[in-house]
Amino acid sequence: MSNLEDLYREIILDHYRSPRNRGELATPPAHKVEGFNPLCGDEVTVFLDVQDGVLKDIKMTGHGCSISQSSSSLMSGAVKGKPLEQVQATIDMFKELMTVHESSLSKDSERDDEVDLRKLGELAALQGVVKFPVRIKCAVLAWNTLRQGLEEIASSI
Amino acid sequence: MTSFSARRVRADIPLLSRVVNGRTITFLDSGASSLQPHAVINAMSQYYELRHANVHRGVYQTANEATEAYEGSRGAIARFINAPGGAEEVVFTKNTTESFNLLAKSWGASNLKSGDVVLVSEMEHHANIVPWFQLRETTGIEVRFIPVTDDFRLDLSNLDELLRGVKLVSVTSMSNVLGTKNPVKALAEAAHAVGALIAVDAAQSIAHEPTDVTDLDIDFMAFSGHKMLGPTGIGVLWTRQRVLDTMPPFLGGGGMIADVRVDGFTPAKGVARFEAGTPPIAESVGLFAAVRYLEGLGMDNVAAHDHELTADALTRLESTFDGRVRVVGPSNTINRGGVISLDVQGVHPHDVAQVLDQFGVCVRPGHHCAKPLMKRFNLSATARASFGPYSMAKDTDVLIEALESALKMFG
Repeated sequence: MSNLEDLYREIILDHYRSPRNRGELATPPAHKVEGFNPLCGDEVTVFLDVQDGVLKDIKMTGHGCSISQSSSSLMSGAVKGKPLEQVQATIDMFKELMTVHESSLSKDSERDDEVDLRKLGELAALQGVVKFPVRIKCAVLAWNTLRQGLEEIASSI
Repeated sequence: MTSFSARRVRADIPLLSRVVNGRTITFLDSGASSLQPHAVINAMSQYYELRHANVHRGVYQTANEATEAYEGSRGAIARFINAPGGAEEVVFTKNTTESFNLLAKSWGASNLKSGDVVLVSEMEHHANIVPWFQLRETTGIEVRFIPVTDDFRLDLSNLDELLRGVKLVSVTSMSNVLGTKNPVKALAEAAHAVGALIAVDAAQSIAHEPTDVTDLDIDFMAFSGHKMLGPTGIGVLWTRQRVLDTMPPFLGGGGMIADVRVDGFTPAKGVARFEAGTPPIAESVGLFAAVRYLEGLGMDNVAAHDHELTADALTRLESTFDGRVRVVGPSNTINRGGVISLDVQGVHPHDVAQVLDQFGVCVRPGHHCAKPLMKRFNLSATARASFGPYSMAKDTDVLIEALESALKMFG
């Protein structure tokens, strides 16, 4: 098992203790979407304000473990104010980072990282989560909820 | 006369010598699944090596031996729980969950009608809630909940009212979250007084205390092999012969029939009617060994040990953490077993469990399949430590050391 410091980086603990973009947005005009992790009871509610193809604002409420809460907080910082294509690309990149590849299961083969960590910025702090497979679902909860929210907005237009 | 030494039990469990993250494992998750002694593992492997055959069919030597082993296990279970009608009252299932599904879908569907009430409690495992909700959808029964008090006990102050229209009381003998042991015998008396039957979820209590269905005067009991030092894949539904005889078959297929024709079938008599398909034979052999092992320890001794460990842990958690670690469950050991749910100030249960893992400590984070109870106490999850007969006070030492580390990390 990997070292605990790989998982609980200082930046993660910081975002857990003081989460960014907490709160609600008025609906409408904002879109509200809820996500649940039925296994551990974690909940997240994401409020999205999309205007002219740009995610103008994002706010979140909910409760959960340090990984789910810091991942939500880091996500909000990474996607706020960005054009939707860029938001989508960030979601895809993060989901790829959180994927356990078959090759990584065998000890002797080092997998080539397909994700450019530099592009992820602060989000790269969460890369340690993939070494603790049970916690991946915590890290991706907010991201899946964001994706669902964007899909709902797209289909309502 | 039996003798008991947790140290000796520990030496019998191979998994307890494993080293995890540089530390010898501290296993505190027996509430989810207990560990197996050599006796159980060896019995199962010997069965596969020398005696394996399908049961109730072949007439050759090993088939006879397999059948004997399977039916012998049924007999051992009957003895272990003091079933008044013996082995013929013991139905083997996959686990406690399947036992409750069998109860609801066989007895429930044929005995309950719209408006009848099944009385469960707020501290039930989902296994004793969801099958009744499913039955509600098809028959229109009412599922009613006995509330839980602020000090983690069943609130029976309004029992007469709660029992109105009740045809079945279905409660746990020991909460898998709180450790609370419920007054099953008194509930059985109250249920019978209004003409209702009573089912008991003994999944937690079965490995913590002696079980006597005759003395409790109950009608159904469900439990799992893997929570009583046995293997996964085998569970039990016990019920009285006279009730069992009125229950229609559950799953259909081979083994559960007396006759099959092109125009229909006639179900088998007795417990066979509920055991369609090849049953868990090796698992029954393992369960037999587990029962013999527990009988060798003496369940009174196991209960006394569990009580002592729990009292020690509750005292030390309180004195060490002074409220920073809250026990979600009774704070004393009266009618309470060795399941200790923890709410650690400022640290989410998943993070608690993750830090504990670094110390080789195995606890269970989550809602423990008891979401109505979590909601009752406004929690989304707890980190739960639970004891087995091989647990010792030194396990609590490591638990406390690791909890201090978790508080420090997230504090």
